Amino acid sequence: MRNSRVITLALGAVLAAAPAGAQDGADTGVPATPPERVVSMNLCTDQLAMMLADEGQLHSVSYLSQQARGSALVEQARQYVPNRGLAEEIYLMAPDLVIAGSFSDRTTLDMLRRLDVPVAVFEPAGSLADISDRLRRMGEVLHREDAAARMVARFDARLAELATQAPPEGDRPSAALYSANGWSSGGRTLPGQIVTAAGFDLVADDFGLAWGGFLPLELLAMSDPDAVITGQSYPADSRAEEILDHPVVAHLKRDSMRGIVSDQDWSCGTPLVLDAIARLSNARLAATGARR
Amino acid sequence: MTLLSVSGLTMERGKHMILRDVSFSIGKGELIGLIGSNGAGKTTLLRAVLGLLPAAGHSSLATLPQRARARQAAWMPQAREVAWPVSVERLVSLGRLPHLGAGQPIGRTDRAAIDGAIADMGLEDFRHRTATDLSGGELARVLIARTLAQDTPLVLADEPIAGLDPAHQIQTMRLFAGLAVAGRSAVVSIHDLGLAARHCTRLMLLGGGRLVADGAPGDVLTPDNLTEHFNIIAHFAQTEAGPIFQPLDVVGMD
Amino acid sequence: MSRLMLALSALVLALVAAALVIGPANAPYGDSLAALFVDDGTPLTLVMREIRLPRAILALVIGASLGMAGAAMQGYLRNPLADPGLIGVSASAALGAVLAIQTGLAAAFAFGLPLAALAGAVLGVLLVLALAGPRGASITLILAGIVVSSLAGALTSLVLNLSPNPFAASEIVFWMMGSLADRSMDHVWLALPLIALGLALLATLTRGLDALTLGEDAAQALGVDLTRLRLTLVAGTAAVVGASTAVAGTIGFVGLVVPHLLRPFVGARPGALLWASALGGAAMLLAADILVRVVLPTKDLKLGVVTALVGAPLFLHLIYKTRRQMA
Repeated sequence: MRNSRVITLALGAVLAAAPAGAQDGADTGVPATPPERVVSMNLCTDQLAMMLADEGQLHSVSYLSQQARGSALVEQARQYVPNRGLAEEIYLMAPDLVIAGSFSDRTTLDMLRRLDVPVAVFEPAGSLADISDRLRRMGEVLHREDAAARMVARFDARLAELATQAPPEGDRPSAALYSANGWSSGGRTLPGQIVTAAGFDLVADDFGLAWGGFLPLELLAMSDPDAVITGQSYPADSRAEEILDHPVVAHLKRDSMRGIVSDQDWSCGTPLVLDAIARLSNARLAATGARR
Repeated sequence: MTLLSVSGLTMERGKHMILRDVSFSIGKGELIGLIGSNGAGKTTLLRAVLGLLPAAGHSSLATLPQRARARQAAWMPQAREVAWPVSVERLVSLGRLPHLGAGQPIGRTDRAAIDGAIADMGLEDFRHRTATDLSGGELARVLIARTLAQDTPLVLADEPIAGLDPAHQIQTMRLFAGLAVAGRSAVVSIHDLGLAARHCTRLMLLGGGRLVADGAPGDVLTPDNLTEHFNIIAHFAQTEAGPIFQPLDVVGMD
Repeated sequence: MSRLMLALSALVLALVAAALVIGPANAPYGDSLAALFVDDGTPLTLVMREIRLPRAILALVIGASLGMAGAAMQGYLRNPLADPGLIGVSASAALGAVLAIQTGLAAAFAFGLPLAALAGAVLGVLLVLALAGPRGASITLILAGIVVSSLAGALTSLVLNLSPNPFAASEIVFWMMGSLADRSMDHVWLALPLIALGLALLATLTRGLDALTLGEDAAQALGVDLTRLRLTLVAGTAAVVGASTAVAGTIGFVGLVVPHLLRPFVGARPGALLWASALGGAAMLLAADILVRVVLPTKDLKLGVVTALVGAPLFLHLIYKTRRQMA
């Protein structure tokens, strides 16, 4: 999820300013008994739900999960009924629990609550630490605490293992995350932490953009990163994404390590990021191995 | 040598016949006054002769390519437009454009022509004044100077002396007459019949789009013509001081 | 007058040098210029040749284009308020460009983008000339400009909103306000041919525009082919404005401010004003682009904002001065 920090803060302010009644108990959304007909309306909650739900517990996921562009679990998602996040559509599915993201349409969620449908809202994962937290919470909400705990344990173990493969401070190659409008993510964002966990130092951190920010193309060039990660572009053209085709970026990528790409595994805070970290780490080893 | 020959010039606009079968020719050394009442078609005739308006019939000027035509005849329109605040000298020098190739700067002949035109029109003191700041009469003289600077065998002018004070009117008519003496020719449309009679060698009277009379002032300004085409009676006499023409009264109009 | 051209040329050269050495990389001026000419293997050469150089070149040629096009339109219409941005030519060029990008035409043909923008510009010019009438009186000209700008802007916004790309909808700001940020040498090669052609075409109008000082009738009688003049004006303006807008978006007021400021220095001659306005326009846009980098380096402040802040007050002043003629 490429939500900028600014949007996060702004929406957080909006949500915080909402009258207390709307949030009363509905956000925790933990049902008393295990839900049997769950509808998830957010790409990332879909992924977590699919990983943790029991047989037959999950009924519907958002249509985005069924699209190859952003979803890491396309095949799995196709087993479920797609939804477009509309209150009427979801209500008619007669769910006993709706799982949404914090950026899902508030009016839709309010409508569902008014119709006495329990709603559980999940913040997007902003760091690797958040992933364990979301897994645990999804486990609570689905009454699958044991499965969740096991998954968290596996996650932590594998993360620690990957950490051993990372070179020590001072010996790490540099990587720059660069996306539309010249946005570069730093060490306090999820994409940033994926990169640092794979054993890189982030260019954005050198320029004080730990939470992410605009990095002028000149500074990107001057920093001469060992790897440039630009991610997938959206269909059709836009001027915002034109900078990713700039000769300077192409030049930097040509000289940078091979196989350093971002893909669907990066878009959500799920254990799948570990696969991304592993691939990045291997690419790094291959490149630095070849260099020696 | 014929400077201009026109035959069968005809022009319609809708159902209106603006020009009907006008034919004449102009040789060297003529100062022709083109006269007629308002709406008789004087301006239209001049523009059609130049080829600025499409018309049936033949005009030797209109068939020339544009640059050659500009070197053969100079045209001074009735509307005295000056779009930009250029200096008088600059404005007069525009008359030299037909003689200059692309990007060619002003040469000695051009300078002589410009200076001559400025002197002839008495504009020496105005050389560096901004043209758009001048009074109507002063501007008229500047535009006439431009026409003169173009140095063409033939000059066509649409009411060049309108708005000038009497002294300058007479001086300008004398200037055009001087062109004739020097072997050039001028066709000048004019409302002041007295000045026309005194200075022009030949008058062409347009009535209803037709060339109804063409000859010496005495032959054209007959009482019948005056009554029929101008609705006036006038006193016209040859005196020691030259011909004197003075409209006296209106006839035949309600 | 050649003193004016010398002074303007010197100004442009100085501004080009400044544009080349000012940027976020903050390298010492001498090192920057050295890195431009000699490839020292450091990233600074990459920055100089691929980021700063194209940006400076584009500011120069686009500024020259807008300045000359403005002077040409003013000379033809005999109206000091004519400016390709104000009368909607840039907006229609932008529409052409956006259509080319969103339909994939720009990606399919090498020069698809600037040619589509040129087509849009031609339509815009023709529409304005048709609406404004032969005399180009101020009030009808401005009204024609409002109509064409609004229509083109609305259609551009519509096309962008129909795009499947989530960034496209907010792109309208770039198209309406213009920017040279992060342009590359690719953009330079894309725009340069049409701009060169257009400038060459407009430069042939010197005599004709001088003659038009006396009005269309007198100009025609002075041997000026008015039909050819009009065609050359349309083609030249469309080429120059089309290519510029395709690459940098709509930048207004340059064609209004520069001829107005330089007119007294060329004795109000429209012909001489053409090249003077080209140099003046280049200077103005270079200065604006430098200002944009110095004032708000971390944000992409649009060029059109700076030119509008300078140009709009001048426009108001011009309207005030000519308001009696407009009534």
